[in-house]
Amino acid sequence: MPFALLKYGLAKEHPEDPHFRWAPELKSTYDVVVIGAGGHGLAIAYYLAARHGITNVCVLDKGWLAGGNTARNTTIIRANYLTPEGVKFYKESVDLWRGLSNQLDINMMYSERGHFTLAHTDAAMRTARWRAEVNKHLGVKSEVIDADEVKRLCPTINISDDVRYPVLGALYHPPGAIARHDAVAWGYAKEAIKRGVEVHTQTGVNKILIENGRAVGVETNRGTIRAGKIVQAVAGSSSEVARMAGFLLPIRTIPLQACVSEPVKPILDQIIVSGSLHVYISQSARGEMVMGGATDPYGLYSTRSTLDFKESLMAHMLELFPFMGELKVLRQWAGMADMTPDFSPVMGLTPVQNYYIDAGWGTWGFKATPVCGARMAECIVDDRQPELLKPFALDRFRTFDLVGEKGAASVGH
Amino acid sequence: MKILTCPVNGPRNITEFVWGGEVKAMPDAAASDDAWTGYLFLETNLAGEIDEWWLHAPTNTWFIARRNTVTDTVLETMTVDAYFARRSGSAT
Repeated sequence: MPFALLKYGLAKEHPEDPHFRWAPELKSTYDVVVIGAGGHGLAIAYYLAARHGITNVCVLDKGWLAGGNTARNTTIIRANYLTPEGVKFYKESVDLWRGLSNQLDINMMYSERGHFTLAHTDAAMRTARWRAEVNKHLGVKSEVIDADEVKRLCPTINISDDVRYPVLGALYHPPGAIARHDAVAWGYAKEAIKRGVEVHTQTGVNKILIENGRAVGVETNRGTIRAGKIVQAVAGSSSEVARMAGFLLPIRTIPLQACVSEPVKPILDQIIVSGSLHVYISQSARGEMVMGGATDPYGLYSTRSTLDFKESLMAHMLELFPFMGELKVLRQWAGMADMTPDFSPVMGLTPVQNYYIDAGWGTWGFKATPVCGARMAECIVDDRQPELLKPFALDRFRTFDLVGEKGAASVGH
Repeated sequence: MKILTCPVNGPRNITEFVWGGEVKAMPDAAASDDAWTGYLFLETNLAGEIDEWWLHAPTNTWFIARRNTVTDTVLETMTVDAYFARRSGSAT
């Protein structure tokens, strides 16, 4: 890499290949059709091509590339979950994230900041200790620290007792990181397209063709495509698309709102989360404070912003970071989150043959992009649930093997 | 602030209410395990008009609202008795 950089620096001309070569026409048949060109759908297509040599793949999206929840999250990456199933899964994801910029040859601005889950009650301290022990047992760095240590590592935080919910301590997770969300999708798209995968945006799926219990193709607004296998990765529309394939999901669609402040010079190097206060914050590479809160209190297929969200978020945020009172909110948005009853995703096989699902990503989908892409590709190729995804099979709701991930989004639900 | 109209207590701030999810038909006690797990976990989760349970928490009043989940507009709220009386009326 340094040699290539030197050559680039000395060269007189810098011709650049276009990132995406869009395929003009849909073919009539593909080996795999991926519905949804977000981070997950593109990662599935990339790993199908890169790891399994399956390149006759097309990714369809009714909107544009990564315009859904990939563009609407707060880009936090971590592995400090509570259940062993969850910790193992996200540990593999963090391992993949670390090498991703090199692997996809795009600067993802992957930046390890340290992730703090603040505790304001004795109960929260106990949960933090529980999570730390599960994490350590599975080889994930996490430890419980007291309020003074929080202050030492994050000098801008207010740990005074003179607030409604004083900080007692935190679960500290050093590998916690942030990344450039768009670059993740662009990187996967670019490398997948380079290997022969086609990405068709503005192509909505209207119907899923089923013959004798097998998925055989999709009907789009640009014609009908036959497919060897079909996978849906459409966070926010999972129930609607699964209904086209003929089955219901244990999912409610609920908006999750977030906002960013105007950009300022670096002042917050850490990722600070408080489950009790329903707030989380980190500073992006551009200097914006990226903030989120709890999900809306009722189901909705909408990405509208509300005043209640800002009010409840800021009320607590100002106690933790009084300097935030000086900052203006620059932008506010919402993503549609697929909430499952056990706060865990749904991945893998479905009741329909040759039809696979990647859904239920609630408030925890972005950080899972690489591992989900890699393991879903494996699932599609082998037509069997990979070991790592077994706990997250759709079937668990029939057999009562729920995962119960209370460490899911640190905002609590 | 959004206002929701409770059929018993009248218009109130949305923060006084708790969402109870869509109205579903409970299976018969002797129904199969599949029917019961379906009732417990599976959701229609329709993008469109749905009937759903709401609770006015301060007065512990459960009622039914018909709401569009795309536009976030409440079309109608009614007491549980009125709702099921209408449903059984339309069924016959």
